[in-house]
Amino acid sequence: MAAFLVFPSYLPLGSQILATILFALSADLVLGYAGIVTLGHAAFFGTGAYTSGILAVNGWGEPISGLLAGALAAAVIGVVSGFLVLRTSGLTLLMQTLVVATLLHEAANRASSITGGDDGLQGMQMWPIFGVFRFDLFGRTAYIYCLVVLFLCWWLARRIVHSPFGRSLTGIRENVLRMHAIGAPVMRRRLVIYTISAALAGLAGGLIAQTTAFVGLGFLSLDRSGTVLIMLIIGGVGRLYGAFIGVPLYMIAQDRFSEVAPVYWYFWIGLLMVLVVAFARGGIFGLVGRLRR
Amino acid sequence: MTDALSAAVSISFHGLAFAMVLYLISVGLSVTMGMMGFVNLAHGVFAMLGGYIVTSLISRHGVPFGLALVAAAVFTALGSIVIERLLYRRLYGGDELDQVLLTVGLIFMSVAAVTYVWGPMPQPMHPPRWLAGEVDLGFRSFPAFRSFLILCGAALVTALWLGLERTRFGVRIRAAVDNLRMAQSVGINTSRLFTLTFALGSGLAGLGGGLGADLLAISPSYALDNLIYFLIVVAVGGLGSIGPFVAALLIGVADTGFKYLLPELGAFIIYLLTMAILLWRPRGLFGRA
Repeated sequence: MAAFLVFPSYLPLGSQILATILFALSADLVLGYAGIVTLGHAAFFGTGAYTSGILAVNGWGEPISGLLAGALAAAVIGVVSGFLVLRTSGLTLLMQTLVVATLLHEAANRASSITGGDDGLQGMQMWPIFGVFRFDLFGRTAYIYCLVVLFLCWWLARRIVHSPFGRSLTGIRENVLRMHAIGAPVMRRRLVIYTISAALAGLAGGLIAQTTAFVGLGFLSLDRSGTVLIMLIIGGVGRLYGAFIGVPLYMIAQDRFSEVAPVYWYFWIGLLMVLVVAFARGGIFGLVGRLRR
Repeated sequence: MTDALSAAVSISFHGLAFAMVLYLISVGLSVTMGMMGFVNLAHGVFAMLGGYIVTSLISRHGVPFGLALVAAAVFTALGSIVIERLLYRRLYGGDELDQVLLTVGLIFMSVAAVTYVWGPMPQPMHPPRWLAGEVDLGFRSFPAFRSFLILCGAALVTALWLGLERTRFGVRIRAAVDNLRMAQSVGINTSRLFTLTFALGSGLAGLGGGLGADLLAISPSYALDNLIYFLIVVAVGGLGSIGPFVAALLIGVADTGFKYLLPELGAFIIYLLTMAILLWRPRGLFGRA
């Protein structure tokens, strides 16, 4: 909210940050709470973005239903791929999630008549939200729209994490064998959270598609799946607040840095990653927590 | 009929060449995975480095092809020792997520570093004069460079198998892959074994990257673009020495074949095939429960 008043010229970046926080939040649900390490979370983000985007390009510019359609499509991909992928673990699981995302990437690339292929999807016409609030040139509506969606999803995620269901997920993460032994339906619970997380990632993708009026193949790339992990790690995994710290830090730094030398951004972020993993596990919150102790 | 036969021959030939490259690059990944349980997503970085060393030594400094290959293998092996001692060592037996993040971080660093040194464009591979042109085998002629690649690959694969099966070093590696704690208790210095094996695997990857520079184009995003192939070989093959080779053959030939016969579907089939195999045998074709 503060950003709205203080930096009016950064509102478009602000909306992107908010939507990306949602994406990172969804990744935190599978990664931090269910302990599923994935290299293919962009699959859901991209699916949501393409679904909302394709609707808007083809004459259905109603934002809320477009957003929900994106989330639904992502959830379907999530439940189907999760059903297949979550049976495995370790390297195989990593690779399977990557394969799913790569398949979708390839599909979007081939179906260029629908998705725009390499050029990306352009020419979205968004209708006003509730028929009242137009998307203005300065991105004010977009910012508040993202803020509201993010708040609702954060509230939902919080509810999930603190419910008995969320607790049992943590149990599965910490000790699968014991959870099997006490009769918890491990596979089903993992599938449920995977699907919820996919839907939230789809919402995030839809938000970015609608507010920037662009979707590209990069939305489905390994690069995207990797950077969301990195943003999450910077803030801290399994804390629900990690995304709120890591994403703005990453994206503002990237925005600043890109003006100087965009190509070399990757070097510094890679280095930061290596240092965080080697010396500061638990991200910034973890570091603060350790200093306090 | 002859058309079909000739298509089959050229698919097998090019598939075999691709398989050799895949195997050389991935075998190290399979061993580090099996021995240290370390998910090294940055393994492709070593192959990329090998490719850059070979292409730039040849085209910029006029170094002979054979020497450039040796330099690539030695340099990547030495570089990998530094990385293993400095970084990887901290995370053995640790959290899988940490390993993924560390190695993804290394990939990102490599993308920028390579762009800084060699620029964003793919590096062309100029085969030496004695490997340009074709080799006539009587019934058919084959591109000389690819033939060399296959022969080279076959020789290395044989050497590797003999080394694993017949030498003391190979016995130690197999012992550590099978049961790390038991290997430690019978007095094998596993820490040094790790480093040596890691260096060997990375050196082979560097060699594979250099040899296969015209199959997997050498560009800054190499390690990201081809990661999926290396992971597929290891996951489908299971851990060990035979498994990844069979998987590399399968993937190499199938990928070449489908791209040739069904260019529309291209890579789809290979990914679907991979998923199907792993549903059927989650530990890979040759994995043990």
